[in-house]
Amino acid sequence: MNGKAGTAIRLVDCAKTFPNGTRALDKTSLEMRGGETIVFLGPSGCGKTTLLRVIAGLESPDEGGRVYFDDEDVTSQPIEHRNVGMVFQSYALFPNMNVGDNIAYGLKVHGVAPDKRARRVDEMLRMMQISELRERRITELSGGQRQRVALARAIAVQPRVLLLDEPLTALDALLRERLRIEIDVLLHSLGITAAYVTHDQGEAMAIGDRIAVMNKGAIVQTGSPREIYYKPASSFVADFIGTMNRVTGTLRGGALELPGGRIDWADQQGSGEMQVLFRPNDARIVEEAGAPLRGVVEQQFFLGDRTRLHVTGVADRTVVVETTEHREFRVGQSIGLRIEPGALLRLRD
Amino acid sequence: MRGRENRFLLLMVAPAIVVGAAFFLLPLARLAVVGATGKLGIAAYTAVVTNPQYFQALASTIVLSVTVTVATLVIAGIAGVFLERNHFLGREALISMLTLPLAFPGVVVGFMVIMLAGRTGLIGEITSTFGAGRLVFAYSIAGLFTGYIYFSIPRVILTIMAAAEKLDPALEEAARSLGANPWRVIVDVILPALKPALIASGAICFATSMGAFGTAFTLATDIKVLPIVIYTEFTLLANIALAAALSMVLGIITWATLALSRVAAGATAAAAG
Ligand SMILES: Nc1ncnc2c1ncn2[C@@H]1O[C@H](COP(=O)(O)OP(=O)(O)OP(=O)(O)O)[C@@H](O)[C@H]1O
Ligand SMILES: [Mg+2]
Repeated sequence: MNGKAGTAIRLVDCAKTFPNGTRALDKTSLEMRGGETIVFLGPSGCGKTTLLRVIAGLESPDEGGRVYFDDEDVTSQPIEHRNVGMVFQSYALFPNMNVGDNIAYGLKVHGVAPDKRARRVDEMLRMMQISELRERRITELSGGQRQRVALARAIAVQPRVLLLDEPLTALDALLRERLRIEIDVLLHSLGITAAYVTHDQGEAMAIGDRIAVMNKGAIVQTGSPREIYYKPASSFVADFIGTMNRVTGTLRGGALELPGGRIDWADQQGSGEMQVLFRPNDARIVEEAGAPLRGVVEQQFFLGDRTRLHVTGVADRTVVVETTEHREFRVGQSIGLRIEPGALLRLRD
Repeated sequence: MRGRENRFLLLMVAPAIVVGAAFFLLPLARLAVVGATGKLGIAAYTAVVTNPQYFQALASTIVLSVTVTVATLVIAGIAGVFLERNHFLGREALISMLTLPLAFPGVVVGFMVIMLAGRTGLIGEITSTFGAGRLVFAYSIAGLFTGYIYFSIPRVILTIMAAAEKLDPALEEAARSLGANPWRVIVDVILPALKPALIASGAICFATSMGAFGTAFTLATDIKVLPIVIYTEFTLLANIALAAALSMVLGIITWATLALSRVAAGATAAAAG
């Protein structure tokens, strides 16, 4: 147990082809800085779990791929020698042991003396705020409690890296949100390097220092949550993360002309027809008189913290607009919109 | 509503109760009574322990059954988990071959042991051509052991395969990530998960071995197992009371083992959730 927090992880040319011929992961190179939380985000079947398992040592990369923990080449090390902590979607708690014994298991395997073991278990239980559950059977725990125990078990041995595969997916929305915050705080207070797999973009935004968006076995973009959200490198990333409006307009005389009006866009080069993208919250609702863009409310959805409107007439297709205003809109009502040119995005693909 | 449902259920199980009473409970009661009304009286029951010949038979039957059970659990346990996890060419064929003895009566199994290790058996042929003398073990306890193992393995293998299929691979991966080597994974994760299946199939295996007759009869071994003794007392010596008493003892031991195993399996199943 080298309890050194913040091991840097480096993958070099790691691909994975399964015996049945499925290529789950294309050649992937990736660096994780020590202490950083990186989130692998992507649709089902894109290879997130496979990538995590390559890091863990549960799958070995195809010929030529290498995995480094700091400067140590661990490619041929089996998982039991890598000292990684794993948290599974199914929790994978040992049903034949109670909560305390589950948390103590890794310490026992590592030969930690019983009294030291007990102290560490106490510490973990306190940290996860589940001290009263120590003697409980696993079957007597709620999903949220199980996930806390699973986390405690994984970090009790002070792993070099913590790997979490959709740890919150099996929980209900409210609990998911709460645990997401707790995990984020925990990971940063421990200073541990962590890789977190999810297909939930909200979770990725909340937890990741960096997000690696994956598609069809490849990492298609890495960046901070803000970069990924506001500067998606491809239309896949743009569409996968949040809602993105995609409209076609004509650039003429320093402005983008749309069916519902125009957006001043002086610094944009070129001219002619082009496709641009913008986020729903980048279109502001303004006084109709003198508004640069005009449209008609087609539908409205009250989401609690905001209202989402589907607006026609602005562009060649219905656009989605979000506002935090409290007022209610009417279907068929005309509204004015303003979109700052800085919010407009052009993609090459 | 409730009452009517119960009455309906009672009506449904009534035939089973009647058949059970007529063909099982009544003969059983009669057997128990007959056992105590021979020339030895109630002492027929204690004869199992006091008479060295009977006691010997009882002891060797139990030892044989326990050994067979343990050996079967080890062999079939490993093979069952292996077969469940590895998909290779000829796997299906191997499984159906391993489970073939399920369809064989004990007499046939005994006959096959003779073909294998009898006076003109295959093993003897081989050892004698290599100049090591003719190895014959069909008529000793080793022959019985071979035969019993042969018909015990199929039942256990099928149960273990079914249980192994339900093992959660994430549990093993979690244990390994915490530093457990493959051996520890077996002890800490796989065996506890297979425990109910091992207990249940082990109990069946033990009970079957205790009562097996055909194989022992065909092999006509020098050591006598309890079912053979019962047969001899009954048909050859017409010592009906003693045969009944021995039958009762055999039945009680077997029944108690099964009952205990159910309790144990229930407890571990509850613990495992
Ligand atoms: N053991 C395996 N053998 C063969 N193919 C596999 C194996 N494991 C995964 N795959 C395939 O590899 C691809 C990537 O799988 P992976 O589990 O990494 O996806 P994922 O991104 O984690 O998806 P999800 O969000 O559904 O969990 C899938 O097409 C999957 O069917
Ligand atoms: Mg997955």
